[in-house]
Amino acid sequence: MAEVAEKKSTATAVVKEKSEPLFSKKNRRLLSDPLDTNNPVTVQVLGICSALAVTVTMQTSLVMALGLTFVTAFSNLFISMLRNTIPSRIRIIVQLAIVALWVILVDQFLRAYMYDVAKGLSVYVGLIITNCIVMGRLEAYAMANKPWPSFLDGLGNGLGYGVILLLVGFFRELFGSGSIFGYKVFAATGLPFQGNGLMLLPAGACIIVGLIIWVQRARNGYSEE
Amino acid sequence: MEGLISIGIRSIFIDNMIFAYFLGMCSYLAVSKNVKTAFGLGMAVVFVLGLTIPLNWLLLHYVLNPGALSWTGIPALASVDLSFLSFIVFIAVIAAFVQLTEMAVEKFTPALYGALGIFLPLIAVNCSILGGALFMQGRPYNLAEASVFGFGSGIGWLLAIVALAAIREKLKYSNVPKPLRGLGITFIIVGLMSLGFLSFMGFAV
Repeated sequence: MAEVAEKKSTATAVVKEKSEPLFSKKNRRLLSDPLDTNNPVTVQVLGICSALAVTVTMQTSLVMALGLTFVTAFSNLFISMLRNTIPSRIRIIVQLAIVALWVILVDQFLRAYMYDVAKGLSVYVGLIITNCIVMGRLEAYAMANKPWPSFLDGLGNGLGYGVILLLVGFFRELFGSGSIFGYKVFAATGLPFQGNGLMLLPAGACIIVGLIIWVQRARNGYSEE
Repeated sequence: MEGLISIGIRSIFIDNMIFAYFLGMCSYLAVSKNVKTAFGLGMAVVFVLGLTIPLNWLLLHYVLNPGALSWTGIPALASVDLSFLSFIVFIAVIAAFVQLTEMAVEKFTPALYGALGIFLPLIAVNCSILGGALFMQGRPYNLAEASVFGFGSGIGWLLAIVALAAIREKLKYSNVPKPLRGLGITFIIVGLMSLGFLSFMGFAV
């Protein structure tokens, strides 16, 4: 955990300029960095649980990614607005209360309008509360920065998480059940297809994430120790 | 009694928090570099999971569920459904419990605090604790079953983290391709361990 926090602190440049265009270069970087070089899942090692658990199909991956992006962005915004009034000893519980508020909204929305997807995600919607991406960004960024950059940081990290989720979901759904977003690719093109049961199991998700990390690190030239 | 034993075995081996549900993966990957610290964190998870699940069960069945407030005897409360509040109540209970435990352990048993203390704050945001509470909400457990489920899940988590830490200690001496080192190879190992745990599915419980 400490090591993760350390890694992140390098990415958090405090924004101080008074009048800055809303999408200055620095702010655009807040959005684009987490997509690749500072990805929350593969580089910062945050939010792994749900990245592995909900990626059996692309539809659940997409919904989860959108939910998490929404929660991270708005919790970052609110915590950043309150950052000077929160006593540091009880900050965790204040943060959890605010995050829980947004998660309840997402959960109630999913149950009302997308009941099947909500059933498929089971407890993992509720677990956005303890998703380390949300807590990690609150601690590392929103507690020390202004609301607008914090909002962008939350948005960027949510999207970076979404990219990995969709990638993992793509491979698992394609090889596990032969479809993309429920559309039977192999059946439609007439290619022979034998479902790979491993992809539907938790183990398949782990191995795919491991391989994605390998490819990404080989490309970026990043390695541990 | 047989029911309790089967829930215990099920939650340790078959529905293992790590290998079946991936709960608590963040700290699982971050703190599994050596066996000693992994064991410390694992014990803290067993302790917190084993006590917060019965606590949350009581809240769920006497406050949150539809009609749960009827024990107060006030007719207006008998049909109230507060279950949409369960997320915030569970996480508040967990965070408060962890904070209290930390203070109590620090005050009364400094030796234990030395062993568990630094891990306790990490636990409040460990997904397996909240995940356990949410699974408990979705299953028709009674209080005894919920407690066994809590302890069993914690022990399963402890087993998983100690096993991974032991493998990673040995892994230091092997020649892994550079970009795969650290996180990448750890993921692949967890995948293989998860395949191994699948064999427990054959247990008739």
